[in-house]
Amino acid sequence: MAFLDRGARTLFLWELLSGLALTFTYMFKPKVTLNYPYEKGPLSPRFRGEHVLRRYPSGEERCIACKLCEAVCPAQAITIEAEPRADGIRRTTRYDIDMTKCIYCGLCQEACPVDAIVEGPNFEFATETRAELIYTKEKLLANGDRWESEIARNLATDAPYR
Amino acid sequence: MPKLVIDGREIEVPAGVTVLQACEAAGVEVPRFCYHERLSIAGNCRMCLVEMEKSPKPIASCAMPAADGMVIRTDSPMAKKARKGVMEFLLINHPLDCPICDQGGECDLQDQAMAYGFDRSRYIENKRAVEDKEFGPLVKTSMTRCIHCTRCIRFATEVAGVEDLGATGRGEHMEVGTYVEKALASEMSGNIIDLCPVGALTSKPYAFTARPWELRKTESVDVMDAIGSNIRVDARGNEVMRVLPRLNEDINEEWISDKTRFACDGLKRQRLDRPYVRRRGKLVEATWPEAFGAIAEAVKDLSGEKIAAIVGDQCDAESMVVLKDLVAQLGSPNVDCRQDRAKLDASCRAGYLFNTTIAGIESADVALLIGTDPRREAAIVNTRLRKRHRMGGFAVGVIGPHNDLTYKYDYLGGGGQTLVELANGRHGFAEKLKAAKRPMLILGQGALARPDGAAVLGVARKLAESFGMVRGADHASGAWNGFNVLHTAAARVGGLDLGLVPGPKGRDVAGILDGAEAGDIKVVFLLAADEINTKRLGKAFVIYQGHHGDSGAQRADVILPGAAYTEKNGTYVNTEGRVQHGYAAISPPGDAREDWKILRALSERLGFKPAYDSLKQVRARLNEVSPTFGRPDAIVPSAWGQFGQAQSQVQPQPFLSTVVNFYMTDPIGRASVTMAKCTQAFVLKSAGKTGTDG
Repeated sequence: MAFLDRGARTLFLWELLSGLALTFTYMFKPKVTLNYPYEKGPLSPRFRGEHVLRRYPSGEERCIACKLCEAVCPAQAITIEAEPRADGIRRTTRYDIDMTKCIYCGLCQEACPVDAIVEGPNFEFATETRAELIYTKEKLLANGDRWESEIARNLATDAPYR
Repeated sequence: MPKLVIDGREIEVPAGVTVLQACEAAGVEVPRFCYHERLSIAGNCRMCLVEMEKSPKPIASCAMPAADGMVIRTDSPMAKKARKGVMEFLLINHPLDCPICDQGGECDLQDQAMAYGFDRSRYIENKRAVEDKEFGPLVKTSMTRCIHCTRCIRFATEVAGVEDLGATGRGEHMEVGTYVEKALASEMSGNIIDLCPVGALTSKPYAFTARPWELRKTESVDVMDAIGSNIRVDARGNEVMRVLPRLNEDINEEWISDKTRFACDGLKRQRLDRPYVRRRGKLVEATWPEAFGAIAEAVKDLSGEKIAAIVGDQCDAESMVVLKDLVAQLGSPNVDCRQDRAKLDASCRAGYLFNTTIAGIESADVALLIGTDPRREAAIVNTRLRKRHRMGGFAVGVIGPHNDLTYKYDYLGGGGQTLVELANGRHGFAEKLKAAKRPMLILGQGALARPDGAAVLGVARKLAESFGMVRGADHASGAWNGFNVLHTAAARVGGLDLGLVPGPKGRDVAGILDGAEAGDIKVVFLLAADEINTKRLGKAFVIYQGHHGDSGAQRADVILPGAAYTEKNGTYVNTEGRVQHGYAAISPPGDAREDWKILRALSERLGFKPAYDSLKQVRARLNEVSPTFGRPDAIVPSAWGQFGQAQSQVQPQPFLSTVVNFYMTDPIGRASVTMAKCTQAFVLKSAGKTGTDG
């Protein structure tokens, strides 16, 4: 009797109708597409985006030039040079991240003992030239100043699970 | 020979060793902080606790003599628990500042806490904080990190011989320091940085600049003095970051002097990184062909006796032998490697070597120092002399500079008069020399670098022979040679071995300068020679090949940029006659090249065909000139012979040391900021000068 069943399905265009039925149900469901530059999706507090160098509330930079991030970086994207600052404190004289090398693995922020280097929530830092993707210490500190409130909130949100 | 059982294995050890040493002999690692094989035993860190059978408590293995029948366990629960407890106590007051500590990555406490410690702390109270001390321009202190192992105190007191360091207070209030704040006035002070098992004492010039895992390590040889200390050069990129000692029991044990360790920052400053040619009175940048062209123009149609060469104090043997061949091809007999005009005789090898050897000092029983200040001329030799002095039964007599040598000595007199009296047996000290089984004398450059130097050398030889300092043919047959010449220049023995002394009718350094001043010498080649009076070079055409813009380069008409000792594979012969190879840690800056390559290229430009194209072939040539170069790291026994002029008169003027400022004896030291700071802190201050007094 199987030939009758198959014949009826073919005759009444069953496959086509069931497909169209699915299409029509989606027409009445809420949309998931975002109007991207004007609308943005939610981000996890653990999102690993553009790097920043943070400061203490006093304005003192956090980075102490321990070079653990440089050592742990699997892409060898970080270059650090350090020497005693005028007041004798250990600080970097150079902190460069080559963002074209970086693989956004987050090991640098895992390694950092003072939460200085953090991968912030920013992912919109496309540039026109490669040279602009070599981030210097000034650029990273400026990023830190710009994103500090979001990063502090993210770190606080994530703190119970660390 | 006590027999004991360590971790179930029976082992027989020499009598008198400690349990810790027995464990080491058995191949069992015992953690320790205060114990150090070259220092006295303190037993205060308690990290080396092990379990001993029939003992209710664990024992400190570093302080317990190994005895027959002991049963030691280093891996029992008791030993492990004891270590864990000690480590927890040590970490109570140790700050958690590993990320900013320069010792991080090569720290004994870090490593041992990982291996033997517990992974968390139960201590919640406040940690102790201690004020940092000021130890001078070389050692940076961070006394909060100190774990009171007292290694630095014991080193300063025992090895360096300056009783500056001590501990004040007890228990938690104990502080290591100088009590009255002052810089550590020792030329060996840098070694306490290596000894410190934590980051309490770190290197000031190196502070915060690099991490141990970033450094590329090259084992090499030092050229700051004539000792040839074995060093490890740590470089990052194309920059020497620091110099550390390397173990060599025969030479420097595991110490190096501060000049060896800290002068390396001079390698980055005042460097010659491209050729220069003087045009219309001014040195202008040039290319290699231009520089060679200027030299070819100057030596064209010039007869050999109008050309001269002076070899500097830090040259490698390779460049010296290529220069020797070049000068010979130019037909010049005027070549000399004795910049300080020391009247050394190159014909008899035993007459210019430290024949006793540095390790041999330990078997001597009387030493006579003539015209030398070993503390400043060769700090490592002085450390050996002090080590011998501490063993007891060692008499030292000094003729010459009357300085603090860190051990007691009999001051016999200042000058030649005393030496002649002693040689004739008319001096009180002669009795001691006669009674000695293994007497030695150390003849410094201060006694030889004067007009009557040859006579002093002759008297010293006579003295050595008449007091039985030279016995037997060679070291191997148990013979003794107590005649020693202490050099100050790393290249000197190599130069003498290669025969870089005036040939027949040739001029020595004094003769070359006189000739240049009078206009008889037209071309002078300075191979890194900076210690001569360049004002006396007159109108001569001066070619300077070297690595620093020092006095020689200032006077030069053509500058050929060479490589410093960290930038070339070179062979050096130390004052004992020991041939050692140094290795390049970085490459020379800019257009600079390895020295022997420059000289080889130059001789080709001048129309000669050198017989060597590679380092291997140059070394074969070295071996051909002096077979001792074929036996690196070995002492080649040299036959006793005739040298010096015993007939002529020794002048009564006092012998002065050739080294006035320990920190600045060479172009590298003079270019170094650290050495300038040391000069300021130790040399000028003690001379009562301020540094701005002209």
